[in-house]
Amino acid sequence: MTTPTLEVRNLRTHFFTRAGVVKAVDDVSFTIASGRVLGLVGESGSGKTVTGFSIIGLVDPPGRIAGGAILYQGQDLAKLPEREMRALRGNRIAMIFQDPMMTLNPVLRIDTQMIEAVQAHAKVSHAEARTRARDALGMVGIPSPDERLQAYPHQFSGGMRQRVAIAIALLHHPDLLIADEPTTALDVTIQAQILAEVQKLAVNYGTALIWITHDLSVIAGLADEIAVMYAGRIVETGAADAVLDRPVHPYTHGLIGSVPSRNRRGEKLRQIPGTTPSLLRLPPGCAFRTRCPRADAACEQEPLPSQPVPERTVRCFHPLVAVAA
Amino acid sequence: MTTWLIRRLIQALFVVLAMSVIVFIGVHVIGNPVDILISPEADQAERARIIAALGLDQPLWKQYLLFVNDALHGNLGRSFVFNEPALLLIAQRMPATMELAVTAVLMSILFGIPLGLYAGLYPEGAVARTIMAGSILGFSLPTFWVGLMLIMVFAVQLGWLPSTGRGTTAELFGIQWSFLTLDGLRHLVLPALNLSLFNISLVLRLTRAGVRETLPMDFVKFARAKGLTPARVIFVHVLKNIMIPVVTVVGLELGSTIAFAVVTESVFAWPGMGKLIIDSINVLDRPVIVAYLMMIVLLFVTINLVVDLLYTVLDPRVRLEAKG
Amino acid sequence: MSTTALPVVAREETPFRRFVAEFAASRVALAALVLFVLIGLAAIFAPFIVPQNPYDLAQLDIMDGRLPPGSASAAGYTYILGTDDQGRDMFSGILYGLRISLGVGVGSALIACVFGTALGLFAAYAGGRTDAAIMRLVDLQLSFPSILVALMILAMLGKGVMNVVLALVIVEWAYYTRTVRASALVERRREYIEAAECLALPKHRIMFRHLLPNCLPPLIVIGTQQVARAIALEATLSFLGLGVPITEPSLGLLIANGYQYMLSGKYWISFYPGIALLVTIVAINLVGDQLRDVLNPRLQR
Repeated sequence: MTTPTLEVRNLRTHFFTRAGVVKAVDDVSFTIASGRVLGLVGESGSGKTVTGFSIIGLVDPPGRIAGGAILYQGQDLAKLPEREMRALRGNRIAMIFQDPMMTLNPVLRIDTQMIEAVQAHAKVSHAEARTRARDALGMVGIPSPDERLQAYPHQFSGGMRQRVAIAIALLHHPDLLIADEPTTALDVTIQAQILAEVQKLAVNYGTALIWITHDLSVIAGLADEIAVMYAGRIVETGAADAVLDRPVHPYTHGLIGSVPSRNRRGEKLRQIPGTTPSLLRLPPGCAFRTRCPRADAACEQEPLPSQPVPERTVRCFHPLVAVAA
Repeated sequence: MTTWLIRRLIQALFVVLAMSVIVFIGVHVIGNPVDILISPEADQAERARIIAALGLDQPLWKQYLLFVNDALHGNLGRSFVFNEPALLLIAQRMPATMELAVTAVLMSILFGIPLGLYAGLYPEGAVARTIMAGSILGFSLPTFWVGLMLIMVFAVQLGWLPSTGRGTTAELFGIQWSFLTLDGLRHLVLPALNLSLFNISLVLRLTRAGVRETLPMDFVKFARAKGLTPARVIFVHVLKNIMIPVVTVVGLELGSTIAFAVVTESVFAWPGMGKLIIDSINVLDRPVIVAYLMMIVLLFVTINLVVDLLYTVLDPRVRLEAKG
Repeated sequence: MSTTALPVVAREETPFRRFVAEFAASRVALAALVLFVLIGLAAIFAPFIVPQNPYDLAQLDIMDGRLPPGSASAAGYTYILGTDDQGRDMFSGILYGLRISLGVGVGSALIACVFGTALGLFAAYAGGRTDAAIMRLVDLQLSFPSILVALMILAMLGKGVMNVVLALVIVEWAYYTRTVRASALVERRREYIEAAECLALPKHRIMFRHLLPNCLPPLIVIGTQQVARAIALEATLSFLGLGVPITEPSLGLLIANGYQYMLSGKYWISFYPGIALLVTIVAINLVGDQLRDVLNPRLQR
């Protein structure tokens, strides 16, 4: 393994609301190396998006990073002054969002939105910035980019808008790209194109990629590693194939079981009973225990990360390896 | 776009026509047209002559056509009081009113947007709460009462600013303006502030609501994720989105502002057409009343039309729909 | 119907109690309500409170004109708020003026409400071209500023309390029509209206017994706002000399009468009626704001 581009250590991002403290991200740790793809998987509300925002420093009040470290090339982003963080944002660390219909400003032309992004980090002339913007559009497969620069976002389709957003994110060839479900809102065929596009570009620039998704089928062909989040915590991490083939945490197991598959046609789809607990009133101990078939009295204690099998970290008292053994 | 424009023009024309019928009926049917259009001092022979001359012995629909015909030729009768064409009187007073109304609208943008922006960015702060409470007062207090208070404080107690008239004026394009001289500007401040108070509150609330609505949008977060400075995010990305509704409303409010200038002009003895209409109503100078009402309806419809056009130009989304 | 009526009656007590509790949650609104009730009582019982009938010219002593607050009158009582140029006790004048202002404001709001509501219900129920025509009229009416409409009417009809009321009604009706139509349209699509229609209940019964009660919350909110607006507009018109007759001044006219003396420092003639007007309008608006917050279904939960 190469040196990590990013190391997140015991990150805690909490929202201090009137109703109480919401621990959206609670003791999350992972590392990602240059050119690698980490799939951050979880249901909505599991804290995966907040994790992304924490890294790029865009957690809005009443939320704030309450503890832990986000080490980017050795410096802790959580403690970085806003001005220095801004110099990294969109430059060395970029992010693309879920809904391409909402990410571009509807009343500004594409060229305005791209040129300002170029000039935010590079001291170049307007003409030079424009050239770079045009090249970036060409790179993500937008035909006749010169013309398209003059257009407004609403003149693009959803897939095209997402390509523009990706072009903007990759303008400065970032070291780290956080992609927050960028294909969820798109048609399946467009999804595949975008996936391939991002993957290709990330490899070309050696960009480390954090791909946030709730969709295991998307991540299967893309990620090198997978981290599964539940109720603000990472419950299982490991190599992508290994996690998908042999899940060890009961939640991961349930998640995979609830995905329809061609190979298991006719078999009954399993579903995880119950609903995601409210982050405001999490039960003490393992947050999944109320829905877990394997839960017992031990689960009322906090499960600590352990390694029941090699190269796999799991937070569970009853990992699925115990059955096989 | 052309179809839309033509349809819009026909609509506007229809409104003007409808209002002319209403005003006509108001003046010629509800009131006695002889009393209204003929000076009370006229003797019997004179009355008969004028009745025939004005065509008041004709059937009503003919009278209306006559009225419209005269109006189209710029003839809306002569003022009893000034013995001048009513339209000329209105036209002479109009620049003063326009100066006051436009200044008031500009002031509402100048104060309303920054205050609203601040209140939207820091909604929990004491300053923002004070701003919002003030805007409630701006909405609910009668204009004339606020005007009196302004005079009492700034003219009577503090003696900083004059309270009546336009002050020294200077000529531009053959018209006298107050804003070209220092003395005129000093005279303009209080009435314009008085007239703009309602609009300031309106713009402020619109801006604040717009900021509160726009800030959590994904495109704002994406703009921040690009590494833009907060100033650029707020003044370009957020403000540009808010400007469209705000400019539309401000434009539409210009018509109401001209109408409400009646009150401010009366309080500050500002010699505009609003003061003229009140004086005319009080002495029953009906030709002037008719001329004023027709003028302001025309003005109103024109402003609405222009604002609609402006709106299509400003908003790229609307612009495209209108074209396509 | 009687079988469904039972649970409705049983439930009815709770929403009202909840409404009262939610309204009282804001102390400012509660204080405003108390204040408004006090103002209303003072206006109603003005003849029993004040030392002088300000509209009876025989009781006015021109020699007592423009006395500052606290001066003694020839008749022995104190002018606690001073007198105006005709020797009218300002305190008496203000309470009588409040009667007119509140009477005109509430009266015009009620008439406009009845008329506007009927028209709105009719538009919603009739639909089609009738609806379109009525709503076109509403849009046109609302696009003109209130002062202009009122000026137009008073310029045509002349001054007088009844003409002011008429002008205010014409200014206001469209707000009720628009509001009622909007909520009636929403209610119309509900199943219970369809059920009532299936039962072939007469149209007017469906409109007034079924549609109307559901339009009440927004109506109450609009009504409160319109009362405040009407009072402000009446004061403005009277201030401009277009409203009530000079012998029976409302608050606006009292303020106008004192206006010329303000520059010479005799502030009280304009100032106290102004305060009375201000407090009344702000109190009504505060009550209205709280009503809107409590009654707005979108804000609940």
